[in-house]
Amino acid sequence: MAEVLVLVDHTDGVVRKPTLELLTLARRLGEPSAVLLGPGADTATETLGRFSARKIYVVDAPEVDEYLVTPVVDALTQIAERTDPAAILLPSGPDGKEAAARIALRLDSGLITDAVDVTAGPQGPVTEQSAFAATHQVTAHVTRGVPVITVKPNATAPEPAPAEPVVEKQDIVFGPASAGVRVLSRTRRERGDRPELTEADIVVSGGRGVNGAENFALVERVADALGGAVGASRAAVDAGWYPHSHQVGQTGTQVSPQLYLAAGISGAIQHRAGMQTSRTIVAVNKDPDAPIFELADHGVVGDLFEVLPALVDEIERRRS
Amino acid sequence: MKIVVCVKHVPDATADRTFTQGGTTDRASVDSLLSELDEYAVEQALRIAESDADTEVSYLTVGPDDARDALRKALAMGGDSAIHVNDEDIEGSDAFGTSLVLARAIERHGFDLVLCGMASTDGTMGVVPALLAERLGVRAVTHLEEVAVEDGTVTGRREGDGATVRIQGDLPAVVSVTDRSGDARYPSFKGIMAAKKKPLETLDLADLGLEAAQVGRAGARSAVDSATRRPPRTKGEIVVDEGAGAAGLAAFLTTQKFI
Repeated sequence: MAEVLVLVDHTDGVVRKPTLELLTLARRLGEPSAVLLGPGADTATETLGRFSARKIYVVDAPEVDEYLVTPVVDALTQIAERTDPAAILLPSGPDGKEAAARIALRLDSGLITDAVDVTAGPQGPVTEQSAFAATHQVTAHVTRGVPVITVKPNATAPEPAPAEPVVEKQDIVFGPASAGVRVLSRTRRERGDRPELTEADIVVSGGRGVNGAENFALVERVADALGGAVGASRAAVDAGWYPHSHQVGQTGTQVSPQLYLAAGISGAIQHRAGMQTSRTIVAVNKDPDAPIFELADHGVVGDLFEVLPALVDEIERRRS
Repeated sequence: MKIVVCVKHVPDATADRTFTQGGTTDRASVDSLLSELDEYAVEQALRIAESDADTEVSYLTVGPDDARDALRKALAMGGDSAIHVNDEDIEGSDAFGTSLVLARAIERHGFDLVLCGMASTDGTMGVVPALLAERLGVRAVTHLEEVAVEDGTVTGRREGDGATVRIQGDLPAVVSVTDRSGDARYPSFKGIMAAKKKPLETLDLADLGLEAAQVGRAGARSAVDSATRRPPRTKGEIVVDEGAGAAGLAAFLTTQKFI
């Protein structure tokens, strides 16, 4: 069976959940091989093996941190040329998508981005994507070369399937430094105590109706009561009430959790594009005509400053 | 400095968009306009031009006849000239075909800086800037929410995967900017009138030395098997809060096993 290359998203060997999802999907297509750039291979080996990586290709070179995206392109392209994989899977984010596109161009291959599912088909991997603000679903396949596919978080549940990985150091010829974009500084987004937005099973988001940065504490209380992540609409982010890294929507983060609770969010198309594939949607909004109610499995027309605190009390009462 | 801004004429993102039988974006059923996300690239180009009298701003689009409207809108915001690549063989191009046409037109025109939006509002892949950089053999300083061009160098802040990075690259370069890079200006009446007199060049594949087989459906590297409308979500129970709203919501969350 051919190998399937999976780019590992990690910090110093601590592997993020979307990588485990990619490994789970990769098993449907062939034998998963993890590609780990930067330091941390020792830390990551156990986790990657538990999720079925038969091989771990390690590229630990200073270029990986010093330049943006192109070292990933150099590494994955060269490893693909050495291993002739059945597919290459990367996480869907700005970095993953840009790297994927350049790898596909260099390998004379096709590319599919933002897959929400990948299965094995007669002509190679078949992908499912959401389109037009998640109002449509598209199945597609690559028709040329090694399929390069970026996959969105939460595409599948990570399933362990233990393997004993072989760790192989790979030497990579990096393009001339002059072709690179220098990274002057890198600030990892703080994880905090809450789950990450893209990975969370439950997301509680606040919008214009939250009416102030200080009031987001209330949204956080609900998120904490439910064990969820905090999101925000573009209006709330533009107003400076909550950080952009929490923005849910077309140009922010697109989430697909089990439960999405929208508080004080009207549900403009730009927001719906980022959340309407959530399994269950509930909404609290003053305006009975807010479009968010069209999507809601359960909606409360009311003042979020009364409903949310009472909801927290009710959750705590039911739990105790 | 020569700036080329790539712009796309897209179906209105607030309208009810759909696919053709062939699995491509249906451009006939809804009105199209300049992609909102490209307006931010236009804005950044104009800001650079305002601080440097020697800067020339040109717009470039690939698309059928009405794609010209996107160029006119951009010219109404400001800038000097526009290029429209229009050839029926381009229809059905994927990001590889589109980036090939764009790259050839950019090379033909000459450039120091190529500016793009972060993604189109219809395809939403966000990979054309990276593909352009790869094809042109220049740096990709992409996905910037803050951008400065000084002394032949582009510096900016990027919200990447899991981290915020400050990045820097020398010109020539391809730069893409996000919707947080700065509000785009509205065209003034004077701008709209002036736009009608600005030069707009039309090119076809032959002008760019490209063959039909390299682009369009023929050159595409992926195929759509099906494109269907998701069944609309069933609207659930909407209750007006008269004191019991929170309890009702909690009861619902309990039946769904979230509590």
